[in-house]
Amino acid sequence: MTTTHQPATPFEMGGIGHSVRRKEDDRFIQGAGRYLDDIQLPGMLHMAILRSPIAHGRILSIDTSEAEATDGVVAVVTGEMLAAHGLAWMPTLSGDTQAVLATDKVRYQGQEVAAVIATDPYVARDALSGIFVDYEELPAITSPQQALEPGAVLIRDEKEGQTDNVAYTWEAGDKAATDEAFAKADLVVTLDTHYPRSHPAPLETCGVVADVNPATGEATIYLTSQAPHAHRTLFAIVAGLPEEKIRVVSPDIGGGFGNKVPIYPGYVVATAASLLIGKPVKWVESRSENLISTGFARDFHMHGELALTADGRILGLRASILSDQGAFYADAQPTRFRAGLFHICTGSYDFGAAHVTAKGAFTNKAPGGVAYRCSFRVTEASYLIERLVQNAAYELGMDPAEFRLKNFIRPEQFPYLSPTGFVYDSGDYHTALRKAMEMIDYEGWRRRQQEPHPEGKLIGIGIASFTEVVGAGNSRTYDIAGLKMIDSAELRIHPTGKAILKLGVKSQGQGHETTFAQIVAEELGIPFEDVKVQEGDTDNTPYGLGTYASRSTPVAGAATAVVARQIREKARKLAAHLLEASPDDLEWEPGRFFVRGVPDKGVTIQEVAFAAYTNFPEGMEAGLEGVHYYDPPNMTYPFGSYIVVVEVDPEDGTWKVLDMVAVDDCGVRINPMIVEGQITGGLTEGFAKANMQWITFDENGNCIGSNFLDYLVPTAWEAPRFRLGETVTPSPHHPIGAKGVGESATVGSPAAYVNAVIDALWSKGVRNIDMPVLPHRVWGALNGVEVAP
Amino acid sequence: MEIEVTVNGVAYRRDTEPRRLLVDFIRTELGLTGTHIGCDTTSCGACTVLFDGVPVKSCTMFAVQADGHELTTVEGLRRNGELSPVQAAFKEHHGLQCGFCTPGMMLVATALLSSNPDPTEEEVRWALSGNICRCTGYTNIVEAIRSAAATMHETAGVES
Repeated sequence: MTTTHQPATPFEMGGIGHSVRRKEDDRFIQGAGRYLDDIQLPGMLHMAILRSPIAHGRILSIDTSEAEATDGVVAVVTGEMLAAHGLAWMPTLSGDTQAVLATDKVRYQGQEVAAVIATDPYVARDALSGIFVDYEELPAITSPQQALEPGAVLIRDEKEGQTDNVAYTWEAGDKAATDEAFAKADLVVTLDTHYPRSHPAPLETCGVVADVNPATGEATIYLTSQAPHAHRTLFAIVAGLPEEKIRVVSPDIGGGFGNKVPIYPGYVVATAASLLIGKPVKWVESRSENLISTGFARDFHMHGELALTADGRILGLRASILSDQGAFYADAQPTRFRAGLFHICTGSYDFGAAHVTAKGAFTNKAPGGVAYRCSFRVTEASYLIERLVQNAAYELGMDPAEFRLKNFIRPEQFPYLSPTGFVYDSGDYHTALRKAMEMIDYEGWRRRQQEPHPEGKLIGIGIASFTEVVGAGNSRTYDIAGLKMIDSAELRIHPTGKAILKLGVKSQGQGHETTFAQIVAEELGIPFEDVKVQEGDTDNTPYGLGTYASRSTPVAGAATAVVARQIREKARKLAAHLLEASPDDLEWEPGRFFVRGVPDKGVTIQEVAFAAYTNFPEGMEAGLEGVHYYDPPNMTYPFGSYIVVVEVDPEDGTWKVLDMVAVDDCGVRINPMIVEGQITGGLTEGFAKANMQWITFDENGNCIGSNFLDYLVPTAWEAPRFRLGETVTPSPHHPIGAKGVGESATVGSPAAYVNAVIDALWSKGVRNIDMPVLPHRVWGALNGVEVAP
Repeated sequence: MEIEVTVNGVAYRRDTEPRRLLVDFIRTELGLTGTHIGCDTTSCGACTVLFDGVPVKSCTMFAVQADGHELTTVEGLRRNGELSPVQAAFKEHHGLQCGFCTPGMMLVATALLSSNPDPTEEEVRWALSGNICRCTGYTNIVEAIRSAAATMHETAGVES
């Protein structure tokens, strides 16, 4: 049930609920952040990568002699050379293999073919023009439909047993029960839509500085990594290096959004080059390299059907997905989940039956399938159900808000078992939607929508009432490449009462150095300013799976709270020793133990910490520290309701946001300022995808969208303004009741924007426009004219 | 080619290749790594510096073009040992998340406020339209800049 959270600590202490300012900002606002490209090591060499200009072709020959003869070039690396060390191919996070440097064929434009190592980055790039590759061009497959046609050219001809272009198949739910639900339906509503290929495009591209010590064989790998520990283990397994000799350091990260979860070929080549040459090697992507070769997201062709009763109840959902995987199946997702967590597609609604199938196809495009600000395909799922629900309401002649309120899971139904097997932890969907309706004056906008517009513009009102599933795992169900999805926290209180908290996750802008210190402040009463948070260095932090899928607060945040509570229990014994009282007779208030009934007789946590090293009782272990590995009992289920009002110009098909409210419920908010910052950024990302941001290809497989002139991302000029609201429904199984929030708005908002445009055009007969809802598409839909994609 | 350039009030004389981009010169030869590279195509503004007080994208200029000119980078924003009003406002209003775009944003803001001490929201957004942020959604950046304007106004009022 919705609650309100009153902070238990004073503002200066900065416990949960305080919008204290971020500790990490001081270095960033003074240009003193340390990002990957800022790292310079003595003798460091620079790497540049030669990429395929074509989408599909057999490599006939590679001549590197001219490049090798260039002044300043130290080495030229080809796939053949890597093959001699067993490194020409590497495993992906979805159990496929991916070429590091192509040996047999190139399978997408931009694929890595060779690398130059030189003393200067300019020289390395120059020398790429001294590598000559002969290709025998093959037909390019640029859509999953084309890939599955009989007789389509086989993209993965190197893969044993692979006779077609199918990457995976998957299903969830109950087919028989769903068929039964549809047989009973008074009305079936369908939707076919494409969630287009997109790219996270963090402002900092991906990169590596690999530093292998030729004498000791110890490798320090500086990496733009959202998951440094997992990457170290994978490096050990893939490269056959002893894990204790690998240290991965993830420095300040200039945005990740899922782009920095996979291991990319450039990382492997640079590390191999450093190993072979004995000097540090740096590789940093250009923006074009980033957009054409790493970490695409989405690209789901979706078909959905809702079975409905005439009085407006949902009986069942059927969905089938065709996903465009690119040339390698490399989705960064838990092992058992072939289409991520798409089966959250039943959304916020209570109905008995669902059946989902998915098939992935290899195409001549870059691999990836990263969870771009999303917990593994949750945004695709949320988009499908929220678009379907709006269409269902219209077909039934109901208001979309009324239809949602009628079909929502009710608060008393939690924990709620969904027809695809998730157990939703908590929620109060009615309150969130009603709050959003009130904030935006929903009824008022519905009235204004009916009034004639002086300039002939069309008003549309769109709702999305999303439910996410984040915070993987539990360890029974969720693993990445076999590594169970736990996370950890190690906390030490120093003798002077200051503390260091070490985590296995890694911030990329989310503010971990502040929010995790606030959890310690809440639990131990140590001011957040006195708690240093350390992440990113595998030699100096406990093991963890990393930061993506909104899992840092649900998992590492829980680990922090648990370890802090364990330390408080030891502190209680120390306090009892100092106060000459029984531990059971002590009361706790933030930062202080005192004797029950004698509030003046007490010791602060700082005094206790000092005693832990200077005056501990006989028989007690010295020190005040601990480590905890947290295995979440369940995922968390953040939710919210977003309402957008748009104005569509039927003359030119442009649309703009007139007002938008976002009511989010992410459970308890650790730092409301940071939470709202995450939501505002996510709403803008959602707008980007609905309005402008996509990557496409021509019929030859040339990538359109390989730079920020073609791949449009919003600036301050295009970005809408938002009004935010909240409800608080704590997660019942999380130690501090938090659910995670970094992705809610990106997941939830695209459907709200598109629903608003469709709402404006519904009376004109428009039933769907795929994202991005570009002006010419709107114009074409309004005028019944087929337009170019 | 030998060039003379003043950066953050310090005069440098350096021999540099004619084709060296200004951003590489600043980052590598002067070691001022607060200026970032985000796109290579003059689109994102992470490399913005002030060139005789005017914001430019240093990925699209050669270092030799800076010969005889004055540059300001993020490292030069502090005034009298204190954070500038723009820097302080970015922290106060949560105008940054990952921090990668932040130097460029603050330099554009600094230039804007020196020519337009009391910009409207529209004017701020237009001034920022050559700079991309992928984290914040811009709301708090705009608020920070308008708040910095107000602070500078108050400070100027006290002084006069």
